Amino acid sequence: MSFYFAQFLTGLSSASSLFLVACGLSLIFGVTRVVNFAHGSFYMLGAYVAYSLVQVVPGSILGFWGSVLAAALIVALVGVLVEMLILKRIYNAPELYQLVATFGVVLLMQDAILLIFGGEDQFGPRAPGLDGVVRIFGEPIPEYDLLLIALGPIVLGVMWLLLNRTRWGILVRAATLDREMVAALGVNQSWLFTTVFFLGSFLAGLGGALQVPRVSINLLMDLSIIAEAFVVVVIGGMGSIPGAFIAALLIGELNAFGVLVLPQATIVLAFVVMAVVLVIRPYGLLGKAETLAHSAGQVELPIRPASTLAKSVAGLLLAGLVVMPFLAGEFAIVLATDVLIFALFAASLHFIMSNGGMVSFGHAAYFGLGAYGAAFVIKYAGGSMELALLAAPLMAAAGALVFGWFCVRLSGVYMAMLTLAAAQIVWSTAFQWQDLTGGDDGLLGIWPSEWAKSKTAYYYLALVLCGGGILAMRRMIFSPFGYTLRGGRDNPNRTESIGINLRHHQWAAFIVAGMFAGIAGGVYVFSKGSIFPDEAAIPRSVDALVMVLLGGVQTLSGPVVGAGVFRLLEDEISRLDYWRAILGAIIIAIVVIAPEGIAGFIKKIAIKAGFERNEEQSS
Amino acid sequence: MTAPVLSVRNLSKSFGGLQAVSDVSFDLAKGELLALIGPNGAGKTTCFNMLNGQLRADAGQVMLNGTSILGLSPRRVWRMGVGRTFQITATYASMTVRENVQMALISHHRRTWDIWRSASSLHVDEAMQLLKLVGMHEQAERAAAILAYGDLKRLELAIALAHAPELLLMDEPTAGMAPKERVRLMQLTADIVAERGISVLFTEHDMDVVFAHAHRIMVLNRGELIATGSVDEVRNDARVQEVYLGGGTLFEDQAHG
Amino acid sequence: MKILKYMAGCVLAAGVALTAIAAQAAEPIRIGEINSYSRLPAFLDPYKKGWELALEEVNAAGGIKGRPLEIIDRDDGGKPGNAVTIAEEMVSKEKVTLLTGTFLSNIGLAVTDFAKQNKVFFLAAEPLADAIVWKSGNRYTFRLRPSTTMQAAMLAKEAAKTGAKKWATVAPNYAYGKEAVAAFKKELTKLVPDAEFVEEQWPTVFKIDAGPVVRAVEAAKPDGIFNVTFGGDLAQFVREGNLRGTFENRTVVSLLSGEPEYLEPLKGEAPKGWIVTGYPQGAVDTPEHKAFFDAYMKKWGEAPKLGSIVGYNVIASLAALLNKADAYDTETLVDTMKGLEVMSPSGKFVFRAQDHQSTMGAWVGKTDVKDGAGVMVDWFYADGADYQPSDEDVKAMRPAD
Repeated sequence: MSFYFAQFLTGLSSASSLFLVACGLSLIFGVTRVVNFAHGSFYMLGAYVAYSLVQVVPGSILGFWGSVLAAALIVALVGVLVEMLILKRIYNAPELYQLVATFGVVLLMQDAILLIFGGEDQFGPRAPGLDGVVRIFGEPIPEYDLLLIALGPIVLGVMWLLLNRTRWGILVRAATLDREMVAALGVNQSWLFTTVFFLGSFLAGLGGALQVPRVSINLLMDLSIIAEAFVVVVIGGMGSIPGAFIAALLIGELNAFGVLVLPQATIVLAFVVMAVVLVIRPYGLLGKAETLAHSAGQVELPIRPASTLAKSVAGLLLAGLVVMPFLAGEFAIVLATDVLIFALFAASLHFIMSNGGMVSFGHAAYFGLGAYGAAFVIKYAGGSMELALLAAPLMAAAGALVFGWFCVRLSGVYMAMLTLAAAQIVWSTAFQWQDLTGGDDGLLGIWPSEWAKSKTAYYYLALVLCGGGILAMRRMIFSPFGYTLRGGRDNPNRTESIGINLRHHQWAAFIVAGMFAGIAGGVYVFSKGSIFPDEAAIPRSVDALVMVLLGGVQTLSGPVVGAGVFRLLEDEISRLDYWRAILGAIIIAIVVIAPEGIAGFIKKIAIKAGFERNEEQSS
Repeated sequence: MTAPVLSVRNLSKSFGGLQAVSDVSFDLAKGELLALIGPNGAGKTTCFNMLNGQLRADAGQVMLNGTSILGLSPRRVWRMGVGRTFQITATYASMTVRENVQMALISHHRRTWDIWRSASSLHVDEAMQLLKLVGMHEQAERAAAILAYGDLKRLELAIALAHAPELLLMDEPTAGMAPKERVRLMQLTADIVAERGISVLFTEHDMDVVFAHAHRIMVLNRGELIATGSVDEVRNDARVQEVYLGGGTLFEDQAHG
Repeated sequence: MKILKYMAGCVLAAGVALTAIAAQAAEPIRIGEINSYSRLPAFLDPYKKGWELALEEVNAAGGIKGRPLEIIDRDDGGKPGNAVTIAEEMVSKEKVTLLTGTFLSNIGLAVTDFAKQNKVFFLAAEPLADAIVWKSGNRYTFRLRPSTTMQAAMLAKEAAKTGAKKWATVAPNYAYGKEAVAAFKKELTKLVPDAEFVEEQWPTVFKIDAGPVVRAVEAAKPDGIFNVTFGGDLAQFVREGNLRGTFENRTVVSLLSGEPEYLEPLKGEAPKGWIVTGYPQGAVDTPEHKAFFDAYMKKWGEAPKLGSIVGYNVIASLAALLNKADAYDTETLVDTMKGLEVMSPSGKFVFRAQDHQSTMGAWVGKTDVKDGAGVMVDWFYADGADYQPSDEDVKAMRPAD
């Protein structure tokens, strides 16, 4: 009994740590609607700064706590800087832009922290005065854990007072409910957002700083905490701080007892719980349905079939792709195969996201499922590459069928978060179900059939499958089905009121997109010869988002251009030191300076120069 | 007298303790333009939303040509032959005017699952005819996003007519328009429905519009029907006058308020 | 300061380059090196310093048969797919003679398979997975660092001597942890047939919740604990265990924990008396190691870590290979590598012909704390040759070439 009680206390202390991080994230989301991937980076920064301060100040109680608070303050200022320099410019853009921009911040911060603090793991000293244990029912409980257990409710209480007893808090709550209304009341929204970012980042920094006596500080902290914090925020209800508290308790205790019961499936467990909660309560435990749809940004103009010029350019490009192997070296062929695969992957995301208005933060799930589907055929069924390439889209479509059913019930950022959870379920299953997937060691030896073995032959296979997939989706965009999706994106009410079952169409589109992502995954696995869980992980999903954004969300050729540029850019800059910072800076620059993307930019130039038909300017 | 197109009996709805609509009954004849009026919060929109399937009723019966439509989803109600326009226009901003109408036609012809043909080449003639009917054919190729508000209202009318409905539900059809335009739009609507024998139920704030075009008027107050009748009957009804600013002949003065 | 250093480095590099041009007109031998530099800087920075030192020494001594050795190193960002693409580029565009590198097991395995498919010579430097030389082993792949099973066998041998019978295991819940636990169980049961495994803990990798893990271990009341966690997970495990006295009066054996990469961050809180594999750095006093140690200190101003030795040994191995081989086509290289003897700071080792595993060993000893820092004491060098499976076992595990 005492053992379980001690376990319960341990669960509480990790719940408190989790809550500190999640509550800042939830606050920021609630007010600014920014899904802040960089929150984990602020947490990591808080830990590093606190560690460094503790090293220089005398090891007294005052010195320790002074360092923790100072670190949180420094992080808060960094958060404000990020908000003012980057996010302030893109509040009115769709969710995707902010997410990708904050991911750019993640990359920048990773290299900045590496540069400033070095790459080695740091292990801070214990908290002075709290470095012993207390016996509770005979079980030794670390004193610091008890402090953390107390800190969670204290922070919750302080937040409650701040939000309910101050003018600032009332404004924040009003903004959480209805942003436009607060703006209409003449409140300086810009100032409000900055203060919210200050507080949110402060909490992230505090959360990180408080981990110094507990964990070793390393450069992987950011992404490992952010996935968990997202789970907590989504389960609790995005924007709800009490919800985050309950969810943190749930996840903390789930981990504490899950490790006793189901040690093999600890990662999957949290995401399964999240999915279950979202199915029962789509907006989380204490969340409320979004009252106002998120601003969709600039109104999109009608799509037109390609102009003669664009057709000629595309024709030339295709001809170039066909003759390329005769002109270029072997590596260029390999790289071009990569580009084709990612172009299809990005186009499949673009299909549901831009055309259908369904933002997926977890599109890698279907890429991964396709790749694993193909690999299973080779590994377990002794099938051929041809059969495997058939299995890839089927497996991915089956996954999209199941996850899609849940996802299309939601919209906007809630749907995006559920797609993220779905992808994490796929990833963690691949990672933990070692008997089937080989776990982290992956599945090896998945190479093309004899006829497709040469790089050139495989390139042509990829060209046919990926090029064909992209053209098929393009055709669909212009079809009644594609128009129905666009309609659903523009105005769901109108769509339902002309007799269309929008959810069924969206579900179908989700499956179609999953299927094409699966083809990309299948082609990918045979080009690399192996498959690992990483292919279904968050960074792969972000890759797809970045490619779509880079090319231009509102341009049909965007994903193709974006995939090409992204893959070639990655190949080039990864030769440099601190290339992640460079990539992060490029991503941020594009989001802030050229949100229409490369293809969109070219189109704009073409219109200006009179090569392309001018649309009427929107007023 | 022929059987009514729409027959509503004892329709009720409450939100928590608030009785939003209580025991509303009325009939709508073929080709009739029936206005539903009442002060803000009288329950007009609640009534409308129950008829078109957006809101579940607590009790009552709604029959369209003898078939119950109460509790059906908006899209099923539409399939039964009920068109609707919104108080705030609902069109597809990223499509052209013609494509907006084509979408309704594509749905009507049950072709939304087609993934091969080009959507903008389907039902072009039909779409153009509908646009001509509402006077929008010259703007057919413009993006809906850049239309003037009055033109959007016309476009919505064309969309609502696409599946040849028997009944049109129009929520504040002239809201947000200049007075001259209101009259023109309502005249256009009246002409079209008369020609096609469509019945119309509409809510409206502008009493000029109501008095000029409604064949019959229903007055709703605090969820209850307090008067039903011809324009003159309603205009002279004491209870109605009381509800609208507590007495006096004020409808004329109120018209543009 | 950094900038000054950088400028000085440039000047120096230019100087070296000029002399190099004057001295060596011969075509360089190019080696492709792929690693996850940006993902795991703590491990790969010392590794890179190690091979840079060795490379400098090789070229200063006149290169390979008069030709300079050139390393083209690339960062795979921790993504196996990228590593394969880079391998393609190095082979087809950079025209490298052979490939080496990798740290993470999954990337090592991806490149192993690439080497087999494309018939390219690959020396896996750091990855520990057994599969690289056994289950997924192939004609074209060799591996330098002692594998998971070798190191587990070293520890099992020491663990058997302690007399502990009831064991608990703590390992990260992914391929490496599972492989290590399985290997340790197998090796220990060979030596102590009545050994019992009473508790298994599988914390999530990089996300250990050390409190519950420690208490679950305690509740099982084992005589001995076998630990596979590393990095941040290890630090938390140690701290929680120390707080609760879990390690008192128990035998603890721990994989890799004596490597400075893992031991140093623990500082004064490093565990005492754990039996570990690792690297006692300056304490190793063989002449070849002393020379390496001093040269490394001189060049980099810091003590080498285990990664430094691995990096150094990669170049030592390849230099030996290239010096011995009479042609640089892949097949000749593979045949020459089989049974190749290499002299290195860690002593002499051989690339086994049976399974292409090197017999480079590891230092086994106990942890202790001196002057507020974790160190290894009572250590000895366990020669990898003594911890190899029988030839029949290898045959059974390894697909034919």
